[in-house]
Amino acid sequence: MLQGWVVVATSFAYLGLLFAIAYYADRRADAGRSLIANPYIYALSLAVYATAWTFYGSVGRAASDGVGFLPIYIGPTLMIALWWVVMRKILRISKEHRITSLADFIASRYGKSALLGGVVTVIAVIGIVPYISLQLKAVSNSFTIVLQYPAIVMPAKVGAVPVLQDTALWVALSLALFTILFGTRHLYSAEHHEGMVAAIAFESLVKLLAFVAVGVFVTYGVYGGFGDVFARAAADPELRPLLTPLEGVAGGYASWAWLTILSMLAIMFLPRQFQVTVIENTDEKHLNKAIWLFPLYMLAINLFVLPIAFGGRLHFPGGVVDADTFVLTIPMAERQELLALLVFVGGLSAATGMVIVETIALSTMVCNDFLMPVLLRMKSLRLNERTDLTGLLLGIRRGAILLILLLGYLYFRLAGEAYALVSIGLISFAAVAQFAPAALGGIFWKGGTRRGALAGLAAGFAIWSYTLLLPALARSGWLPIGLLEQGPFGVALLRPLQLFGLSGLDQITHAMLWSMIANLGAYVLVSLSGPQSAEEHRQASLFVDVFRRSPEAGGARFWRGTASATDLHNLLARFLGVAAADEAFREYAQRKGLLWPAQALDADAEFVHHVETQLAGAIGASSARIMVASAVKEEALTLEEVRKIVDEASQVVMYSHRLEQKSRELEAASTELRAANEQLKELDRLKDDFLSTVTHELRTPLTSIRAFSEILARDPKVDLEQRRRFLGIIAKETERLTRLINQVLDLAKVESGRADWSETAVDLREVIDDTVGAMSQVFKERNVRLELQLPAKVPPVTGDLDRIIQVMLNLLSNAVKFCDPQHGRIGVTLAEQGSALRVEVCDNGPGVLPGDEKIIFDKFVQAGDTLTDKPQGSGLGLYICRHIVEHHGGRIWVQRAPDGEGACFMFTLPIERSAVETKTKRRRHGEESADR
Amino acid sequence: MHGFEKKGQRMVALCMLGCLLFNFPVLALFNVPATFLGVPVLYAYIFVAWGLLIALMARVAEKRD
Repeated sequence: MLQGWVVVATSFAYLGLLFAIAYYADRRADAGRSLIANPYIYALSLAVYATAWTFYGSVGRAASDGVGFLPIYIGPTLMIALWWVVMRKILRISKEHRITSLADFIASRYGKSALLGGVVTVIAVIGIVPYISLQLKAVSNSFTIVLQYPAIVMPAKVGAVPVLQDTALWVALSLALFTILFGTRHLYSAEHHEGMVAAIAFESLVKLLAFVAVGVFVTYGVYGGFGDVFARAAADPELRPLLTPLEGVAGGYASWAWLTILSMLAIMFLPRQFQVTVIENTDEKHLNKAIWLFPLYMLAINLFVLPIAFGGRLHFPGGVVDADTFVLTIPMAERQELLALLVFVGGLSAATGMVIVETIALSTMVCNDFLMPVLLRMKSLRLNERTDLTGLLLGIRRGAILLILLLGYLYFRLAGEAYALVSIGLISFAAVAQFAPAALGGIFWKGGTRRGALAGLAAGFAIWSYTLLLPALARSGWLPIGLLEQGPFGVALLRPLQLFGLSGLDQITHAMLWSMIANLGAYVLVSLSGPQSAEEHRQASLFVDVFRRSPEAGGARFWRGTASATDLHNLLARFLGVAAADEAFREYAQRKGLLWPAQALDADAEFVHHVETQLAGAIGASSARIMVASAVKEEALTLEEVRKIVDEASQVVMYSHRLEQKSRELEAASTELRAANEQLKELDRLKDDFLSTVTHELRTPLTSIRAFSEILARDPKVDLEQRRRFLGIIAKETERLTRLINQVLDLAKVESGRADWSETAVDLREVIDDTVGAMSQVFKERNVRLELQLPAKVPPVTGDLDRIIQVMLNLLSNAVKFCDPQHGRIGVTLAEQGSALRVEVCDNGPGVLPGDEKIIFDKFVQAGDTLTDKPQGSGLGLYICRHIVEHHGGRIWVQRAPDGEGACFMFTLPIERSAVETKTKRRRHGEESADR
Repeated sequence: MHGFEKKGQRMVALCMLGCLLFNFPVLALFNVPATFLGVPVLYAYIFVAWGLLIALMARVAEKRD
């Protein structure tokens, strides 16, 4: 079923599907329901990084180098970890300045220099064209191979095929058409190419699916799993060295490290990566997902590379089949037609995705940063007099797309045969790595100057050309090969592959080392040695301090001059069209709370800045600068003035930071005050409750004392028995009064900290014996059964004997008060617990309500429901107990009795460490001491 | 702002960890002719370490500030 027409029809059906997806996404975007404003689509679109080079070339490299292909994917993973710091900044800057491409970004940073933008564009185009040709080569090779099915024949030399029958040409042309249709629909380049991004995300899914499918097939269908493939490879003497491949290879680890660095830079500065990551980004927050989803994608697509590579070499011994084609040829050799077709489509998707995004990015650069500044400066063209330039702009962009693809095709025809896929890709990586010093330096170092960036780029690019491009041309037969072997004019020190005699490194490591030294060195040295212009200084501060500025304190502060709103409108209309110009004006007016065109707009600095930013979004920063400067009267600011504005701005920011901090502190303080106030109010309420409780408690015994004494005073005839009873009551009530007053006094002492504490060794066993003895009468009266569990001997604790007795008495009398009225039972247990003694007093009463366990130890809190029950006590006893126990370094708490009913009050007191010998002091404890 | 800075620092630390895991001294420890579950140790190590690094990045990146 793999006849030519089937393959061609499938390819066109696939491209048609892409058209449909892109079309649908564009429709959705027009309707305001963006398909790509979603972190998953964003992460998938980043996977445009995986091109045909990944799809076919990784296996090719793995077949000869083992893990050598992995740094190209591990590097980006490491870089992406830095994205939170680096990429967020680039994203923010690009949004604020309406950056349209990488060239625009660098040019804009260094004072909107048109020259710099042009240089970046030239380097990008020269560096990337081989990479595009690589994609065309991959598609045309895979097409040729599939057509030979079931035979497996490597494609002949390309030169043998006439141009018009060359698949690669038709691939190039159809891709140009696709890119023109969806890449240049809107003029406004800072806007998102929604359709394109949706199509790219879809392509990423297709290539992953195809690669994983063939990986699973080879690993589990052809062989018996990972272990089987590796075991067979280990048995093969040719393949065994690949299993520990970092040994023995010259500069193995160095080349690994440099490849990692190279790909770290590539993921940032490949024009297509910059396009999808920065220009097409709809929301900074999407980074959160992309930061791990995209590395995960790379991990997934690389998982099966090694099994396929080893499987291929085992399957086709002797090297008759190019390892770059294993992905396709293994399914073909196994007669899996459908899978082979899927692989072909996967490779097609990998190639087309890259070509589409790359040409859009490059065409934007060529138009905005290379041609427009030149055309606008050429007075003879009279572009300034034309009222509508939108057609011209779109024409240039479309022409550029076609031109770039044809250049790629040309390179493929002329030089594509000399290299394997991977080598071509790495040459391009090394070219874009040259942007790193200027771009990264530009966002973190204010001192970088335009001259420095130019010098760095020129030096790096020169070394790149000499050490990578020149050998490529020589090997393709365009230059004498002797140039590589003997060096130019026979000077061996200048041999391009062993520059200055540096040998023993592979070509890429060698080139990267020298070009980075030259690039970084020139950038830093020239930047440090020369002055910065006012425009550069201002852009530098806008870029580096992008997070430290309030949005409104943007570029507008740096402009002085006079302008008319009509001129500005005409200017915008010429480049964007009248409708877009109206829209930009309306948007600005709305922000100012005005109704345009009914109300006139004041053409002040902010407005001019707004217009320039809008214009920059269409034609790039440097062209926009030229155009605005031509339409308005400007006063140039001196460097001193710019410095002053920058300083002022940073001071304002500093003040506002300080102010923010102060207000935060103030807020915290007022919260604290509010809390303290609440607490005071609560205490006040408790005090009122307390007073009323205490007075009530005081009045009850007083009332009965008065009543009985009045009876006795008035009526002398009361018989003796009666008198004795009344006097008994009076005495008991007086006792109760005394107790209450004692407690209140105690509380006052404890609270004020004036209580006197004596320190002696106390035997808790004796304390319990004594208190129980003292209370025995009460137990008998209430018919309470007492269960004592005391060890024969316990170590003493240090403390105030009277106070400890007070605690014990209080707990016992509470237990009596609350235990079951008919069958009261109280258990007292003493036990050693670590370095403390623990006393338990349990009753079989109603227990403590859940949730009350803590608060019953608070002041004035009474157990039970105070609303319905009559309070039984002053609510001071437990509070005083807690105070005493805690003073002794112990702890008091309550829990449910083990048998589920009643409450168990427990407290611990630490055992005295040194003096165990001290004679326990027995003291008589008076009736006055506690709450009984 | 504060949480942002912390997140950035954690991310930079992860990048440094990755540079350590995938470079000379550590990588050499696993560059031995042995197998782990039938897979050469070096390959197994790289993919496992890579997966772990991604998991950590996911954890840090998705954390609410």
